[in-house]
Amino acid sequence: MLLGTEARTTGPDARGHFGRFGGRFVPETLLPALAELEKAYEVARADAGFADELARLNRDYVGRPTALYPAARLSERAGGAAIYLKREDLAHTGAHKINNALGQGLLAKRLGKRRVIAETGAGQHGVAAATVCAMLRLECVVYMGEEDIQRQALNVFRMKLLGAEVRPVRTGGRTLKDAINEAIRDWVTNVRDTHYMIGSVVGPHPYPTIVRDFQSVIGREARRQMLEASGRLPDYIVACVGGGSNAMGIFHPFLADAGVGLVGVEAGGRGPALGEHAATLCRGSEGVLHGALSYLLQDDDGQVCPTHSISAGLDYPGVGPEHSLLRETGRAQYVAVDDGEALAAFRLLCECEGIIPALESAHAVAYATRLASTLDADKSVLVCLSGRGDKDMQTVAAALAVSL
Amino acid sequence: MSTILPTSTDCHRRGDIKETFARCRAEGRIALVAYLTVGYPTLAATPELVEALVEGGCDLVELGVPFSDPLADGATIQRASQRALANGGNLALTLEVAASLRQKVEVPLLLMGYCNPFYRYGLTRLAASAAEAGVQGLIVPDLPPEEADDLLAALAPYGIDNIAMAAPTSGPARIETICRRASGFVYCVALTGVTGARQALAPDLGPFLARVRRQTQLPLAVGFGLSRPEQIAAVAQLADGAVVGSAIIDLIDSLPAGERAAGLRRYAASLRAATYRPVIASP
Repeated sequence: MLLGTEARTTGPDARGHFGRFGGRFVPETLLPALAELEKAYEVARADAGFADELARLNRDYVGRPTALYPAARLSERAGGAAIYLKREDLAHTGAHKINNALGQGLLAKRLGKRRVIAETGAGQHGVAAATVCAMLRLECVVYMGEEDIQRQALNVFRMKLLGAEVRPVRTGGRTLKDAINEAIRDWVTNVRDTHYMIGSVVGPHPYPTIVRDFQSVIGREARRQMLEASGRLPDYIVACVGGGSNAMGIFHPFLADAGVGLVGVEAGGRGPALGEHAATLCRGSEGVLHGALSYLLQDDDGQVCPTHSISAGLDYPGVGPEHSLLRETGRAQYVAVDDGEALAAFRLLCECEGIIPALESAHAVAYATRLASTLDADKSVLVCLSGRGDKDMQTVAAALAVSL
Repeated sequence: MSTILPTSTDCHRRGDIKETFARCRAEGRIALVAYLTVGYPTLAATPELVEALVEGGCDLVELGVPFSDPLADGATIQRASQRALANGGNLALTLEVAASLRQKVEVPLLLMGYCNPFYRYGLTRLAASAAEAGVQGLIVPDLPPEEADDLLAALAPYGIDNIAMAAPTSGPARIETICRRASGFVYCVALTGVTGARQALAPDLGPFLARVRRQTQLPLAVGFGLSRPEQIAAVAQLADGAVVGSAIIDLIDSLPAGERAAGLRRYAASLRAATYRPVIASP
């Protein structure tokens, strides 16, 4: 199957807008590279050879399709609807990020660019980028906030083992937002020979579309697997949203299925005060960050605000523009789960299913469990378990006051 | 006082961009454009330092609106922006500084800032406030022509220019699009990269400027990376204006507070002396 053929139901339009969101708010220097990328992607999308190579590597290298697991004991604990887990944690490198990194790596080769730059928050996209670059023999530089380097030391070491250079970012809050700024600055400087492998459905057009299409493999598989497992589509799909790539990937093939409720779960952090959370769609307002008009956590002067989440991967003040459109049209709803609830769900999944989720994914598990408890037993809730939690051991230990 | 102050007797409207470039051309030189982040090094110091730059010979002034995520800027202006924000700088105060400078200097005042603070303020309100403050133009590095419709519509009733930017990576078709929508002057980015002083000019600057020149009658101003009189002198052979920003902030950093105004005045004068086009002897 060719990429993204199932639906361009929510756009973008020819200029990269999802409704009034999206677009290309970047320095002129990058506009030609974005046009070149857009054109190369359109050609690749229509090329059966590209799709075949991606499908082969998805199967043989990433280990796709990932399993769909009926979480019977978790469902029992929730005491309502049946909960199914789409096991992206079982993909190579331990998270869904590899789906996009692989697709963009193949695109970089088609563009003839030998150097790849990426940003990372939790380190999952950085690891995925380093992995794909090692396999495709591309030079890889990963920008990572100093704060994140400290809380994700294991992933930093993984990236280095994979041959990537990890560049610490010391500006701003020293987290994901600042790493993206620095990656864009590198790209402005080296655009002629460098591909920017952005890690989520954010950034200027065509990135939100490209990343969504590469991540839509999650939803396509899950749709087929749900039909095989239960004979019907799920009543709800629940996924965590930082930038929103795993959510967009699992939502997208279901957009036309009106009976399937879509729920994005944002990081409620320590509470509703600005600076204490990363619940952009729940508590933000419209603004421009990192090349797109979307929702944003900002102050009255339009300065982008610091965020907090126990999970580095959700600790981001922006969100993908297509999510802003889905929120506005009501096709998806967005909720927030705080640090404590996510941590409780993390432990619950460990104990009752023997699965250690990423703290990001634990936000989705928390809301899905709560939602399932309000539904009848003949209903079903599909959760995108976007990644595994090995990287979070230090954070969790610290939160539980355990010294390792 | 310096003897190379611009003569402004023929400049009737305060800060007209077109007249300013025309006057510089008539004087056989390019226009010198200075950038300073408003609120840097302190909110109180910005107006005095801008005045010093104008006294030293700068022909236009860009007032930088501080922003949390200035992704077209290098380390120097990033740091200035962070400091300005920590000092309480914002768009409303930038407009106030512009209004007070308007009473004191005759040069065109431009706001240079990123989309988000402008959007948050509201484009219609921004245009009215900028006009009231006596601002002649806006430079928005993350707003390419494809996204500029709303801003252009808001500015049009006030005659405020949205200064278009062209880059060395822009191909002929894009340069045409950029120039078609440009007014005031065209800001030509001297290099593929972010702002910040560099040792030398990019080797492809001449051909790039020639490509832009073919598409427009508007003055061309070159910015990014310029800091030294030799570079200004080189630009004087290729364009109609030169922008200096990071080097001004670096200089402020290097001087004690009491010596900054005098230092900027001397520095601006040294750049101004390099703005004259070489006189080519007739054969």
